[in-house]
Amino acid sequence: MMRADLNIIYDWIAPDAHVLDLACGDGVLLENLARHKGVTGYGLEIDPDGITRCVARGVSVIEHNLDDGLASFRDQSYDQVIMTQALQALRRPDKMLHEMLRVANEGIITFPNFAYWRHRVHLGLRGYMPVSKSLPHAWYDTPNIHLSTFNDFEHLCRDQGLVIVDRAVGVGNHRGHWTSRLWPNLFGEIAIFRVRRRL
Amino acid sequence: MPDSHSADTESQLLPDSVGLVTPEVAHFDTPLALACGKTLAAYDLVYETYGTLNAERTNAVLVCHALSGHHHAAGYHHPDDRKPGWWDAYIGPGKSVDTNRFFVISLNNLGGCHGSTGPLSHNPETGRLWGPEFPMVTVSDWVHSQARLADRLGIERFAAVIGGSLGGMQVLQWSIDYPERIANAAVIAATPRLSAQNIAFNEVARQAIRSDPDFSDGWYAEHNTVPKRGLKLARMVGHITYLSADAMGSKFGRDLRSDDLHFGFGVDFQVESYLRYQGDTFSTTFDANTYLLMTKALDYFDPAAEHDAELALAQALTPAQCPFLVLSFTSDWRFPPSRSRELVDALIHAGKPVSYANIDSPYGHDAFLLPEPRYEAIFSAFMQRAEPDPNAESKERQS
Repeated sequence: MMRADLNIIYDWIAPDAHVLDLACGDGVLLENLARHKGVTGYGLEIDPDGITRCVARGVSVIEHNLDDGLASFRDQSYDQVIMTQALQALRRPDKMLHEMLRVANEGIITFPNFAYWRHRVHLGLRGYMPVSKSLPHAWYDTPNIHLSTFNDFEHLCRDQGLVIVDRAVGVGNHRGHWTSRLWPNLFGEIAIFRVRRRL
Repeated sequence: MPDSHSADTESQLLPDSVGLVTPEVAHFDTPLALACGKTLAAYDLVYETYGTLNAERTNAVLVCHALSGHHHAAGYHHPDDRKPGWWDAYIGPGKSVDTNRFFVISLNNLGGCHGSTGPLSHNPETGRLWGPEFPMVTVSDWVHSQARLADRLGIERFAAVIGGSLGGMQVLQWSIDYPERIANAAVIAATPRLSAQNIAFNEVARQAIRSDPDFSDGWYAEHNTVPKRGLKLARMVGHITYLSADAMGSKFGRDLRSDDLHFGFGVDFQVESYLRYQGDTFSTTFDANTYLLMTKALDYFDPAAEHDAELALAQALTPAQCPFLVLSFTSDWRFPPSRSRELVDALIHAGKPVSYANIDSPYGHDAFLLPEPRYEAIFSAFMQRAEPDPNAESKERQS
């Protein structure tokens, strides 16, 4: 069983696609895509245990720090590029978004929505930095240095001239309820976007 | 098939050791055409095996050795041997290259000085030792000779070909020259081609040997001498490049051999003593002509050379079919992580399955020989995937 956002992404990846999975973790998404949809490609990961688990699954994984960019990947050499739960930890999320759509025709991005109502309660009512399932760290040791919201990301896409092909929300371990689909910025815990460059 | 250790001696040794092993020799009469244009009419290859070849002959693993390596990769030749084979940390029962699963073959390459035909062998045409006239051998020549050894042992396809440093280059060449005969490739602490700095260090080593008066233009054996000083210097220079500055610093620092400085050119510092010891040992166990040949094989290795495009290496790797594991070590400055990454990028451009990890280690280039938990874990994970599927054959029959 995969995380909710991975299940949504799984459905969005075309059969036999050539993909790049940035921050691929233990490789479970790539393994499922390869096994059931004939998908090929590579995962990039920085965590040693994640890398070993990818290798154990037979997933091609490259140790790579995403903050170093994607310079070694050629323009439009992939059909789709995926980045789950890493955008917020990058030094320059905007540059990465640009890079993703340089190497692939389509980008799929998921990140914790900082405007999720529980986060708002934490900050707005209780006056503390939010700590939740999607944002489990304390403010002082969090790797998440660029937190954003559904609305923020849509702005960034507009600024970069990107088209939002699809948008979904994840809450906890399942797909979003109708309330989160209607008001994602308030009720969506995980933001899931599918974007392309405007032709 | 040779299961080269017996049960009663095994019990004296560690349970994760392959135990006592006995080298074997394979003689070849079919001439081998070499890249340099010369032909070797006949030759011997000395090799060891660990584990048991399965009935389908699908569990064979070939180990390729590095510059000063040889066929003795694991286990012991005698119960009182001080040290096991050079890659014993990774080859044995339950180890990364698990001899309970795999039939491991490790040979001494042509031009070597540990039993395979090389400069210390007799040249049948002249009746003299080959000496400096032994033909220049390349990584590609080695791979062709290894393929013949595989034929001899009845191995159509290796479950994996693995090696570190110069050994890793042979693995790469295997994937290009015999793509259908290699199911998995592990290229460890290697590089797709030597840098100018690498070649420069090799040239210093060669000059050290060649300028030793005892070298006698390579005919030292006929003069009953050995260019010990040259070999010692060559090894001392080489050894510096195998260690990281940090490893050397933490091992020796500025420690003195005795309490006082001597204000002379004897040994003051521990690191001097260590290097001299390493050089001395090497100069009595390794052949100078072999060292010259092996460093040249390193320098010449460049599979991308035949392709002149920007993506030459990717083009060179086009024939490869197998999944690759590429490993580098953070403190390796001889073949630094960036060189492995160059290879990885080329494999990616060529669309080949490849996994890459840069193992955190303070031990420099030598790290590929030393036990390290992360290295063991990822190497084991890769090798377990290489284990032949016992149901594969029956599935094939059904389809």
